[in-house]
Amino acid sequence: MFTNRRAFLRTAALATAAITTAALAACGSDDGGDTTTPVSADQVQAALDKGGSITVWAWEPTLKQVVTAFEAKYPKVKVNLVNAGTGNDQYTALQNAVAAGSGVPDVAQIEYYALPQFALGKSLTDLAAFGSGELDGTFTPGPWSSVKTGGGTFGLPMDSGPMALFYNKEVFDKHKIEVPTTWDEYAAAAKKLHAADPKAYITNDTGDAGFTTSLIWQAGGKPFAVDGTNVKLNLADEGSTKFATTWQTLISDKLLAPVGSWSDGWYKGLGDGSIATLVIGAWMPANLESGVPAAKGKWRVAPMPQWTAGANAAAENGGSSLAIPKAGPNNALGYAFLKYATAGEGVKIRVDNGAFPATTAELKSAEFLGKEFPYFGGQKANEIFAKSAADVVPGWSYLPFQVYANSIFNDTVGQAYVTNKPLADGLKAWQEASAKYGKDQGFTVG
Amino acid sequence: MTTHPHPTTTAAPKPAPARAARRAVRRDKQRRSPLLTALTALMLIYSLVPLVWLLINASKTQEGLFSSFGLWFDDDFALFTNIRDTLAYDNGVFVRWLLNTLLYVVLGAGGATALATLGGYALAKFDFPGKRGVFAVVIGAVAVPGTALAVPTFLMFSKLGLTNTPWAVIIPSLISPFGLYLMWTFAASAIPGELLEAARVDGAGELRTFLRICMPLLAPGIVTVALFTMVATWNNYFLPLIMLKDPDWYPLTLGLNAWNDQAATAGGQAIFHLVITGSLLTILPLLAAFLFLQRYWQSGLAAGGVKD
Repeated sequence: MFTNRRAFLRTAALATAAITTAALAACGSDDGGDTTTPVSADQVQAALDKGGSITVWAWEPTLKQVVTAFEAKYPKVKVNLVNAGTGNDQYTALQNAVAAGSGVPDVAQIEYYALPQFALGKSLTDLAAFGSGELDGTFTPGPWSSVKTGGGTFGLPMDSGPMALFYNKEVFDKHKIEVPTTWDEYAAAAKKLHAADPKAYITNDTGDAGFTTSLIWQAGGKPFAVDGTNVKLNLADEGSTKFATTWQTLISDKLLAPVGSWSDGWYKGLGDGSIATLVIGAWMPANLESGVPAAKGKWRVAPMPQWTAGANAAAENGGSSLAIPKAGPNNALGYAFLKYATAGEGVKIRVDNGAFPATTAELKSAEFLGKEFPYFGGQKANEIFAKSAADVVPGWSYLPFQVYANSIFNDTVGQAYVTNKPLADGLKAWQEASAKYGKDQGFTVG
Repeated sequence: MTTHPHPTTTAAPKPAPARAARRAVRRDKQRRSPLLTALTALMLIYSLVPLVWLLINASKTQEGLFSSFGLWFDDDFALFTNIRDTLAYDNGVFVRWLLNTLLYVVLGAGGATALATLGGYALAKFDFPGKRGVFAVVIGAVAVPGTALAVPTFLMFSKLGLTNTPWAVIIPSLISPFGLYLMWTFAASAIPGELLEAARVDGAGELRTFLRICMPLLAPGIVTVALFTMVATWNNYFLPLIMLKDPDWYPLTLGLNAWNDQAATAGGQAIFHLVITGSLLTILPLLAAFLFLQRYWQSGLAAGGVKD
């Protein structure tokens, strides 16, 4: 769900930056003019009966099957599913289209971390107008609170990524390492493993904004406090410091494989045992099955290591919502598809094709929980993921300019991974650079 | 993602009259320096290694990519399976992208070459008021990278309702300030003014003079510009990225990137072997164009630099 853009990122970020400024400036001028007229369920049904065509921008692979089923159920509706790029590429395109006022899709996939940016830029429809309130309790708390941002509901959760520890059991057994339950044990396991086999690492990390924020989230940190356009940043709070201290030992002792996530080297390391664990979102099994077929049967899943022994804290990692851009041509039909895909029959279709749901009904269903994963040696991994989803620490929020902040993560925090600069200093530099950007965008940054 | 042949290594300017060439060779022999030879060899290796890597790795399966040494072949040779899979993946979308790229190159690069030839000839051989102004604009335009103009162009095109259509890629590709400048200097030196006068005295119209007399003289320059614009359009990434959202209109560059991104998507299928094989297939037409046209390209570059 995170994309690791390399050379191109900078250009894209610049283009995004230029256009976000324009979008925010525009929103400043008509502040308070946010009047979305309510659309009743009957009107949505009428739009379905009337038919028409809608465009959906998404890169999530299982939506293909959802579209097929949707079109079969509503033959008058034609859905153009367009992969307009993964993550950042698509956000740039969406912001360009919104700024230009044409070519805006009816529905767009937006990751949770990016949603506040679009919501506050007033590019998205507040789904409360469509009666999204009735869906209270449909989704797990983590994703549901992620889409309720900026005083409205700006998307419906499509999938979620409650985190778990994926580990290569073969490697652990070979070196007689216990599965860590706390982060201290994790660091000890890292040392033991690397000493036993200098080619093997506990995990890979070259600095990943999504991973770092997720771990701070689990540690109880609340580095970003957002109230309207008032933003507070504190990447030195208790949770952030817990993360920085533990991770600093792993960096200083060179216990992290210098391999970027999602690269070819990463898939290789996951396959040959040189990357022994991943602490990552519950959507990972599908990627392991298709990207690392060689390691089938060797991997297992365990609950996330804890910051306090005996605790049950978890965090979300990645995950996307589907949202309706305001400038989209057919909002009512867009919402019909949105609901079908995220809370209707689409959910089961997506789960059957390997996606991880954000709906409580699926997470509690016996069929879902009882599913045995051949890739994990027959383990019922969903039990662990579902428990993690229930244990997500509440109260987290992302910055309303998180897309930009994440794009500069490697320039600031990333330095700690390649130089002797302490991680805490890197986080501080990230905070300062992000705060400065926020101020330039017109936010009140405290 | 796309490895493009380096003009500096493929295009060694030279061959003129045979005598001069022989003299040059003799002088080179005396001056041959082991250091320079070594440096050139190093440069050659530097340029070829990526190509060799691509060729070798296109013959591996996805697992083979991870389990074998990067610069040598794996046990099972899967090049042909890979090519078949690349062409068939996702209902043969690769072929569609290839045809799109060809369309953009034929119309975009072809049109750019035609416009540059006409404009360059006119600027070199006709006097009109404002010529210095045109010169200044063209030189200025050469200095502005296309990437910098992509976003403003996008906003303009979306006002015209042309985004997400092939025209959004073709129309901006038609403009090649560098090609125009090259044709201008080339035409100025390749077409003697006396020849034009003789043609006019003999009663040939301007169009006939251009098509029958000047075009053959301009051929090497035209091929050079055609190659330049072809490479630029074939490898164009940023402009289509901004303009196109519908994968049905993607050129190969965007398509391969989309395939590569699948590996970075939750639930996505990692297809590194198809990305690599696809990249190999993508550069083949360009390699062929260079090999067939390099004769013209060399003389074009050389002649463009000669002042008489």
